[in-house]
Amino acid sequence: MYNTYMIRYGEIGLKGKNRPAFERRLMGNISRALGMGFARVQRVYGRILVESDADPARIIGKLSKVFGIVGISPALRLPLTEQAICDGALAVLKDAAARVQMAVGEPLTFKVEARRSNKQFPRTSPEINGLVGAYLLDNFPGLQVDVHTPRIKVRVEIREQNAFVYADDIPGVGGLPVGASGKALLLLSGGIDSPVAGWMAMKRGIEIEAVHFHSFPFTGEKSLEKVRDLCRILTGYTAQITLHVVHFTDIQKEIQRSCPEELRVTIMRRMMFRLAARIAEDAGALALVTGESVGQVASQTLESMRVINQVIDIPVLRPLVGMDKHEIISRAKVIGTYETSVLPYEDCCTLFLPKHPATRPRPDQVLEAEKALDVEDLLAGALERTVAENIKQ
Amino acid sequence: MTKQEVYLDNSATTRPYPGVVRAVVEAMEEYYGNPSSLHRKGVEAGRLLSRAREAVAASLGADPGQIVFTGGGTEAINLAIKGTPPGRKGRHVITTAVEHPAVLNACAQLKEQGIEVTVLPVDGQGVVDPQQLRSALRDDTYLVSVMYVNNEVGAVQPLDEIAGVLADFRRAGHRPVWHVDAVQAYGKLPTRPGELGVDLLSVSAHKAHGPKGVGALYVAPRTRLQPLLAGGGQENGWRSGTENTPGITGFGAAAAEITRQGPEGAQRLFALKKRLVEGILAAVPGAVLNGPPCEQGNPRCAPHIANLSFPGLRGEILLHWLEGQGVYVSTGSACASRKNPGSHVLKAMGVKGEQLEGAIRFSLSALNTAEEIDYAVEQTVAAVRELYALYK
Repeated sequence: MYNTYMIRYGEIGLKGKNRPAFERRLMGNISRALGMGFARVQRVYGRILVESDADPARIIGKLSKVFGIVGISPALRLPLTEQAICDGALAVLKDAAARVQMAVGEPLTFKVEARRSNKQFPRTSPEINGLVGAYLLDNFPGLQVDVHTPRIKVRVEIREQNAFVYADDIPGVGGLPVGASGKALLLLSGGIDSPVAGWMAMKRGIEIEAVHFHSFPFTGEKSLEKVRDLCRILTGYTAQITLHVVHFTDIQKEIQRSCPEELRVTIMRRMMFRLAARIAEDAGALALVTGESVGQVASQTLESMRVINQVIDIPVLRPLVGMDKHEIISRAKVIGTYETSVLPYEDCCTLFLPKHPATRPRPDQVLEAEKALDVEDLLAGALERTVAENIKQ
Repeated sequence: MTKQEVYLDNSATTRPYPGVVRAVVEAMEEYYGNPSSLHRKGVEAGRLLSRAREAVAASLGADPGQIVFTGGGTEAINLAIKGTPPGRKGRHVITTAVEHPAVLNACAQLKEQGIEVTVLPVDGQGVVDPQQLRSALRDDTYLVSVMYVNNEVGAVQPLDEIAGVLADFRRAGHRPVWHVDAVQAYGKLPTRPGELGVDLLSVSAHKAHGPKGVGALYVAPRTRLQPLLAGGGQENGWRSGTENTPGITGFGAAAAEITRQGPEGAQRLFALKKRLVEGILAAVPGAVLNGPPCEQGNPRCAPHIANLSFPGLRGEILLHWLEGQGVYVSTGSACASRKNPGSHVLKAMGVKGEQLEGAIRFSLSALNTAEEIDYAVEQTVAAVRELYALYK
């Protein structure tokens, strides 16, 4: 029955002079998420109005994945007559009442909350409250008014052309509109952490591209397909993601051949960071995003992170640093990446995992070990064989 | 030699014969009627169905009336195991440790319903000892399910000796039903349930160059069976649901080819397998053949499956390496990690550690050539050498 969705955005409203840019970005993202031609998106008084005749469940599902949206209210758009408003309010009340869960014998309480921005409308807000409230009481048996903690709040907004009536406020995913904060490059493995890190970055308005280090034949086609699937799940929150698939095999083999066992992971990570930084530069990305979380594995001690970080001068965002594994997993489940992440196709590059990786590598040690590698040559070879794929929903 | 494509994963699925593809297409384009319909379109489809049934029956040396078409090997196995009624006294089932998951998991479901299941062990080659079966049989044993050819290592079970054990048991007044999962034997070894004395035997079309999603259960006369699916009563009431006419027609075409080739096909396959196994073992010190020795005249050795271990390597990595060279093989299991503790078959044979982790399976078909085998050997040897060098 609903044909209009009133969208509230929290944080953007505080953006001062930049606010219109954020709003435009959000509107663009909403249009893209819903698909061109299926919806009309417009801005009114600190809200965004989406009009669409498509299935409400589908529209709400899509909107609830758009970063920047704080709340979504499916609404009825009505002509500016008292009768239409009363009838619309009744329809909205019935719809909301059908979904309210109540204890046996508990009365269904409600209140009407009118706002009139169109001062031409002949009734004041308190008058509308009384008028609509009385109509609902007359036409919905068992209803009781409760102005303090009603189970259902029927809201009426009187605007220039139309009145809007709604009751629900479905929470949105919050954050800032993707793209409002520039672009970053996500180091995406097939694991649980990195997709969550990418999601958290996107939540702060960062547009992401992804890079994956593929070591065929040490990892197979299925592990790459899994990474594509993870990207595809993340595109539910943005329009599309460019995935850079780096041919990492030769570098891994060379490290395996030439470097001391306990430093292999450190050096491998340094090579990954170097490659990622170059890809980021080409892609116009201003930072890297990783799923690292301090203390999880040998390469994620502060000592390791420092040594690994030293090879690049681009910021590295680590959104998971404040989360423990349990939190990361539950977030991954909410995002929808968990089930894909735990598919068993990624372990195989542990072929090169040393038995005792260094947890406190020293910079001089690593520099010495890296002398055995022709770093520039290896990087060039890997970049040459890097393929960018455009992942869409 | 230039890079080519060599498909050696035929125990997973085979490439359909061109004649099979044509038969499927023709059935879909021309004979799309429902075989149960009364009009001419239905009659035509019904005729196609009976011709396929005759072809499949002939390939099994059986009567058409003994063939129940199913939606694949797994379904045939489930129908056999779950559709066999325990009877008044029956509460015990015997199977082996190296069966396909379709058998093992169907038995696990029986177990949940209160049936006792004895799982017979195997020896180091994956072969069951018929004497173990003899001592496992009990008064309340109502079902015995032993596979013909193991899908991972190619061990051929001693079905004639098992038949002997069961014959003795029957002479003592017992009536156990004997099911044989012949999915991996069909089209490679003589698969004639009547001669073996088998009551139920399941086969699958796509392991023998037919289409996927179609299989058959041979049901010996006077075998009691309960359908798993309630419905319109097709396939003599044993398997309701409109028959998959195109798939079954393709199955019939593949079955006709099996009958036509006869036992010579197996000889040719065995020669190829021997070439492969000996080529690799000669060039790679430390490589091990899992399963029965690949020797002429060894009745325990299937002609088309060779499982080899390269200790110190991960089977999955070798698989991908060969894939990069156009050679398609499989691992006995997914890569050995905490999530995938390794092949249940190899473990039942007592294979452990590096030999378990480093196993891959080559499975051949009538479509492979000696040149392909030589290329596969060459690539395997090269891959293993390079990988061994990286490990050091």
